[in-house]
Amino acid sequence: MEKLIAQIKQGKVWPFPGGIHPPGQKTISNTQAITRLPLPGKLVVPLKQHIGANGQLIVDKGQQVLKGQALTKPIANWSVPVHAPTSGIINDICQMPSAHPSALPELSVIIEPDGQDQWCELAPVTTPSQLSHEQLIDIIHDRGIAGMGGAGFPTYIKADSRKAIEYFIVNAVECEPYITADDVLMREHAADIIAGIEIMQQLLTPTLTIVGIEDNKPEAIAAMQAAAEHNDKIIIQTVPTIYPSGGEKQLIKLLTNKEVPSGGIPADIGVLVQNVGTLFAVHQAVYEGKPLIERVITVTGNTIHKPGNVWALLGTEIKHLLDCQGFSPVPQQRVVMGGPMMGFTLPTVRIGVVKTTNCILAPDHDELAEPGPEKACIRCSACADACPASLLPQQLQWFAKSKEYDKLKEHNLFDCIECGACAYVCPSEIPLVQYYRVAKVEIKEQQAEQVKAERAKERFELRKQRLEREQEARQNRHKRKPAAEKSADEKQKIADALARVKNKPAKGDEKSAVAAAIARAKAKKQNQDTELEPDNSDVALERAARKEQARKYKEQKAASNTAADPDDKKSAVAAAIARAKAKKAAASESDNESTSAPADDKKAAVAAAIARAKAKKAAQAVSVENDNSESEVATASPADNKKAAVAAAIARAKAKKAAPAVSVENDDAESEITTASPADDKKAAVAAAIARAKAKKAAKAEQAASVENDNSESEVTTASPADNKKAAVAAAIARAKAKKLQQEGSDQ
Amino acid sequence: MKLTMASSPHSHSHKSLSRLMQTVILACIPGLIAQLYLFGTGVLIQLILALVTASLSEAIIMRIRNRPVWSTLSDGSAWLTAVLLALSIPPLAPWWVIVIGSFFAIVIVKQLYGGLGFNLFNPAMAAYVLLLISFPVQMTTWMPVSDLLADRISLTQQLSVIFNGFTSAGFSVDQLRVGVDGVTMATPLDTIKTDIAHGLTVSESMQAAIFNSWLGQGWGWVNLGFLIGGLYLIKAKVINWHIPVGVLASIAVCSAIGYIAAPGTEPGMIFHLFSGATMLGAFFIATDPVSAATTNRGRLIYGALIGLLVYLIRTFGGYPDAMAFAVLLLNMAVPLIDYYTQPRTYGHGVNK
Repeated sequence: MEKLIAQIKQGKVWPFPGGIHPPGQKTISNTQAITRLPLPGKLVVPLKQHIGANGQLIVDKGQQVLKGQALTKPIANWSVPVHAPTSGIINDICQMPSAHPSALPELSVIIEPDGQDQWCELAPVTTPSQLSHEQLIDIIHDRGIAGMGGAGFPTYIKADSRKAIEYFIVNAVECEPYITADDVLMREHAADIIAGIEIMQQLLTPTLTIVGIEDNKPEAIAAMQAAAEHNDKIIIQTVPTIYPSGGEKQLIKLLTNKEVPSGGIPADIGVLVQNVGTLFAVHQAVYEGKPLIERVITVTGNTIHKPGNVWALLGTEIKHLLDCQGFSPVPQQRVVMGGPMMGFTLPTVRIGVVKTTNCILAPDHDELAEPGPEKACIRCSACADACPASLLPQQLQWFAKSKEYDKLKEHNLFDCIECGACAYVCPSEIPLVQYYRVAKVEIKEQQAEQVKAERAKERFELRKQRLEREQEARQNRHKRKPAAEKSADEKQKIADALARVKNKPAKGDEKSAVAAAIARAKAKKQNQDTELEPDNSDVALERAARKEQARKYKEQKAASNTAADPDDKKSAVAAAIARAKAKKAAASESDNESTSAPADDKKAAVAAAIARAKAKKAAQAVSVENDNSESEVATASPADNKKAAVAAAIARAKAKKAAPAVSVENDDAESEITTASPADDKKAAVAAAIARAKAKKAAKAEQAASVENDNSESEVTTASPADNKKAAVAAAIARAKAKKLQQEGSDQ
Repeated sequence: MKLTMASSPHSHSHKSLSRLMQTVILACIPGLIAQLYLFGTGVLIQLILALVTASLSEAIIMRIRNRPVWSTLSDGSAWLTAVLLALSIPPLAPWWVIVIGSFFAIVIVKQLYGGLGFNLFNPAMAAYVLLLISFPVQMTTWMPVSDLLADRISLTQQLSVIFNGFTSAGFSVDQLRVGVDGVTMATPLDTIKTDIAHGLTVSESMQAAIFNSWLGQGWGWVNLGFLIGGLYLIKAKVINWHIPVGVLASIAVCSAIGYIAAPGTEPGMIFHLFSGATMLGAFFIATDPVSAATTNRGRLIYGALIGLLVYLIRTFGGYPDAMAFAVLLLNMAVPLIDYYTQPRTYGHGVNK
């Protein structure tokens, strides 16, 4: 680093690649002293004249303001206030075309000067060295200082750099043709500028301050050297005249041989650059207490009678500038804000001067010819030779035309500083910079859209995962419990049962369900192989629905309780009872207990089962009629799928009963029962199992009867909606009774 | 007041395509003068034929493509192609040779690929190769310098040869090529190649009348003319120095190595640099911007490979000269060269 500083002190510069030498045209405007314009009749002060956020408006329409009075106060980060450039009345606060290539409207304060030009109270500081860092930053912030070289970066942010600054670079290069605002400012106010530099030195404590001035400004160099003589940390460095040496990155390379990393900022390499005009404004803000309300502007071009530099209040309309300097427009006049290389044409002269306006150029067609028609690119690469960023403008142009955005990024389009050197040298007059601008915007849009799409995709994926998780959780809940309770053999049975449930038509046409069940049973008989592993999700859903239904029933039941309401189930039960009674009459045996307890759903089912069992017993010999009636009982019971299934099972079981090999079918029926029990309450299941075991034992004597018993059990269990213990117990009791009866029957 | 809006930059260097092409054509003049002096006005006749054919071809194609005729023609690229082709072919070649060549260069090589800026191959060289392969006899009947001829051929006789194939006295081109000593004379490169193939050494071959001590008679002057024109092009910043330096340095290095390895069969550096199409190729042909490499590093590589190919084909190949082949082969490699020789962009590959 010492070596580098020694080289810098010897006056060494490190040329950047490329660059062009457009005619300077500086002598048009830099021969006279800076003049002060007469007060304009109207000032248009946009609230935003820098990079960052608007300040908050603190004045109202009709309010009288004094010169230097703040019109806005900073509210957000990067927000910088604007001040009244002169005393007067606020005529309006409205949207006005902005000093921007787009001329998009910007909220502006319109001030009618009162002619007094009366300052508000100022707070000058005579010895800034006694101020703290924060106090100085606040002064720079409150006085509304933003970079005056072009971009308008808030100065208080730069001056408060978090990163250590080794080299503080003062950009006094002014490489754009025509512009001489900084040149004459340095000639006239060198001492003030150096004082401004010293304030920045106090804030940033750089190792070295380098002022870069092009060698076409000998007077400015001399003035600055004289003013900086006392400060050996300031070096006035003369740099060769080449465009765009005033570009921030190019100047850093030129003066320090360092390169700002792509996508980074100068502070990343310990460098900070300020424009010379900004430093003068810093001096004014601190030593005089004056906010930034005026600046030097070069008014030049062949259509201007008195080209030169003027002090213009911010907000002065361009028209006023042109009129004061004498302006005779040509047909198809262009008025450029900024220089001929990077400036932009204005759509109207009714636009106010802002903090970044350094030049108003009104050329005729001789000095700056209108661009001719674009011709074919002959790949001569004059553009690449001129490019200060070592890009390949010619290739970029092809890719921009064919919208190959990936290739554009690969060829570092975003390192283009849009200096215009390539377009300047292009023999085919291709508006290269324009192509790059459009491509940059398109790529940015595309990237924004990609980000959006990615977010949507992410959301979708997350949702999918969540749904999958939920489904899995449901399935696990469904699987785990039975698995914990049941033996492998039972599990298999459950699987079989589930498969059947699944295969069952959703809208449970009972008869078809029964038929299907019969068919399945037959198929079973022929082929005792187990069925396919079922898809549990459907079952789970079905089950949830059923559960809900069951819950509702229970509620309903609770509400109506013993009252004889026209419930389906009850009527079914009644029917069952009626049938049972009819049977009973035939068998000359009755059981009043069971039929007299219709209050509970469960009990009803139990009753029905008992009734059936009795009926069976009475019939002894298997009768088709009986079967039918029974299945009807089941069918008539509320239109629940489960019940239908149970009914089907019963039907099957009965069908089997005729045959001697009943056991398999029996098992099936049982499994179905278990499966269908909604909450898999262990106890209920255990109870049911015990009951079944008993029933089986009892049935040993008479197979046919036992089958019937099982079936009745199944119905009992199935019908129990909440699967509480009581239900199971009740079922067990019912079964026990049924067995007793059977035994009696068998005894007979 | 109505203001005109425009995109920056608002300033232009006033360089233009037509001025660029005109400068290159002007830079051909020293070489052209040398050819005219040494080979007679036949060169001029060929030049006029080429210019007329090229202009007509371009105009017709522009009309067919519904493009403005004059603005395309006036960029001068077709005329430059015509000039380069005319300077490349034997001055007394039949008229239809240059007509076919010019037509092919403009219509097939340039316009059918999309016009100026879109052609993959150098139009003049592609046409030259077409002619060389299709009409090898006509394309290799270079006259010896007029000093060596038994009789000087007048302008009318040259016209007659070009358009009829015979002079008014009934001599054919081959008969005209017979020197004072009654031996048909070929170009120096051709002579050397043939002699070496016949087992002669270079110094023995150099005894022939077409050589003066160690250069081909006249050809040194032609190359010198193109060298001067080429240096002017570099000075005028029409071309970058990279391609000519690449070509010439490569030829020089190769021939030096060859001379050290086999002095008897290697005519040496100066002979290679100032014979045949070396200077024309290095400064005017290989530098055609459309079909050449576009990065400066790439141009050095492009030029060096052309030089290498020229030397290899001259020494070991079947043709006495090889500029056209070398240029066309390297035209094909341009996208690859460009891709791998991109310059380092500012701020890339630097340490923070």
